[in-house]
Amino acid sequence: MAKVLMKGNEAVGAAAIKAGCKYFFGYPITPQNEIPEYMSRELPKIGGVFLQAESEIAAINMVYGASGAGARVMTSSSSPGIALKQEGISYIAGAELPCVIVNMMRGGPGLGGIQPSQADYFQATRGGGNGDYRHIVYAPSSIQETVDIMMESFDVAEMYRIPVMVLGDGMIGQMMEAVEFHEPKKRELQEKTWATDGTKGKRKPNIINSLFLDPQECENHNIRLEEKHKIISEKEVRYEAEGIEDADVVCVAYGTTSRIVKNAIVECKKEGIKVGIIRPITLWPFPMEIFDKINKNAKGVLTVEMSMGQMIDDVKIAVNGRFPVHFVGRSGGMVPTPANVIDSIKNIAGGVK
Amino acid sequence: MAKGKVKFNEDICKGCELCIIACPQKIIALDEEKINAKGFHPAHLVNEDACIGCGNCAIMCPDSVIEVERI
Amino acid sequence: MTVVYKKSEGLTDLQLHYCPGCTHGIIHKLVAEVMVELGVLGDAIGVAPVGCSVLAYNYLNCDMHEAAHGRAPAVATGVKRVRPENVVFTYQGDGDLASIGTAEVVHAAHRGEKITTIFVNNAIYGMTGGQMAPTTLIGQKATTAPYGRDEAHCGKPLKISEMIATIDGAKFVERVSVHNPANIRKAKKAIKKAFECQLKGEGFALVEVLSTCPTNWGKTPIDALKWLEENMIPYYPLKNFRNFGEVK
Repeated sequence: MAKVLMKGNEAVGAAAIKAGCKYFFGYPITPQNEIPEYMSRELPKIGGVFLQAESEIAAINMVYGASGAGARVMTSSSSPGIALKQEGISYIAGAELPCVIVNMMRGGPGLGGIQPSQADYFQATRGGGNGDYRHIVYAPSSIQETVDIMMESFDVAEMYRIPVMVLGDGMIGQMMEAVEFHEPKKRELQEKTWATDGTKGKRKPNIINSLFLDPQECENHNIRLEEKHKIISEKEVRYEAEGIEDADVVCVAYGTTSRIVKNAIVECKKEGIKVGIIRPITLWPFPMEIFDKINKNAKGVLTVEMSMGQMIDDVKIAVNGRFPVHFVGRSGGMVPTPANVIDSIKNIAGGVK
Repeated sequence: MAKGKVKFNEDICKGCELCIIACPQKIIALDEEKINAKGFHPAHLVNEDACIGCGNCAIMCPDSVIEVERI
Repeated sequence: MTVVYKKSEGLTDLQLHYCPGCTHGIIHKLVAEVMVELGVLGDAIGVAPVGCSVLAYNYLNCDMHEAAHGRAPAVATGVKRVRPENVVFTYQGDGDLASIGTAEVVHAAHRGEKITTIFVNNAIYGMTGGQMAPTTLIGQKATTAPYGRDEAHCGKPLKISEMIATIDGAKFVERVSVHNPANIRKAKKAIKKAFECQLKGEGFALVEVLSTCPTNWGKTPIDALKWLEENMIPYYPLKNFRNFGEVK
């Protein structure tokens, strides 16, 4: 398969179409505009539907309707737009509907900026909507990985009937890298007998719903959802880990920030400081267990984020007090430099050996 | 002679009385002697012979309590 | 023995939870009967958002979506874009459509979505216990307008049908009422035409149905019908605003 040089946002669109997504509802917001633009060009060519909604709120509710009618459907936005979609995402999770939501994160809070950021970690992993719901969150660090994850995310969403969020940042959206499109691994998918395509007088009505006025029924529903979350946590955790068994310091970083950390690690190695990295690829479910493999004698764990520190909470949970957990990061769209990271590593490692 | 035959599914009547004002013949009333499963006096015909089978009562009933047939 | 009237098969056999005399029940019947008479019950997919009539998804005997407050036209858009051959409708109250969901209904009309909206206007928030709605009349009391709606404070009630009728994509717009059998028959005709508008692929159709809320108006069901006739109809005239022709 020949590699193609593509801009991240357009690669997202191409991958989604290759994965059988035929419906896209979105709204303009920098830095993800090329996704709806791409879809508006390409979907009509394959008999799909692109629709620009009047708001992100309307867009996510169109996704709810399309998914409930049985379609492979997605939306994309960026940070403030994703904030507007939170109620809709809670409804989609509550009604157990599959869909894919792409967030190309930008600086916040409020209008913030349009440069890359990872400050929506809490929003993505803790959920900005109401109720005990979860949704899968993938954090690719390259355009190729974004494409691979996009190709698989629709199957994962349908397999578990859950929304799947692909969390990029402005860099992932705007960078161009060479990519190729691989078929994802085959997954057993059920027929959508629950979808609304008209009873045709042959079956009882299907009802897409998240309302349970009877509290016991609502609790039972939550328990069913929790069972699903447990299975996902057992089967779908993804991460990359390198050199953590004998490391002096272990860095934890995801997305594009992890690439900066890897450069810093190479530099530190030259100076004899052994540094490992844990790169979560699923932010939910968070890869807790891998932290048990960290070198018992490591001096500390360094979390590196493009935010004021959010994933650090999960790192602390995973580390569970076994090591001091440090943080270095930039926010608002500023990107950490390898030098920022190297300095922190050296402080933790106790100066040059 | 009655032109229409009216059946009330008394157990689901909420005693809202809309059928009473909809009936052009003014022959429906709440049955004060009965209380239905919901605790309401259900509607019933007070003079079946005067029914003209127009169906207004059934059209007006929000709860599909009434069936009307023309004899 | 000919049947003049019996319960429509467009309704499930559940009893309605609505308060005694609430005319939601009548409007449900009309929608159900129209779908059966047009032979589209098996193709219908309805959207019931938050409000007293959210439970329409249990009462209408077709596939249904429960939608977030105000978002039914967006959900219906998603459904219709995926299933253009199905008959897609929304059933919304005034708190839902005329307040939080105004953008969604305006843009569904603006896009000419081939869906049918049944808009039940009872000039109050019913489910939540009688708060003022954008359609609450001047001087009408509500739990959040205890001294009566005051124009200086929060403006005159919103005339949705007139507003929607200015949008080209809205090909059929009519306001009707269900306060007596004659008007119920007219309302049914309008609802049928609104579904036919969709079947012919003309564009967006909306029927505003004036409706009562005995409980939150603090009136008996019969007095509520009179109040509607004497107060709502003068402010909300019953007429057709768009009948497939050009915007007037």
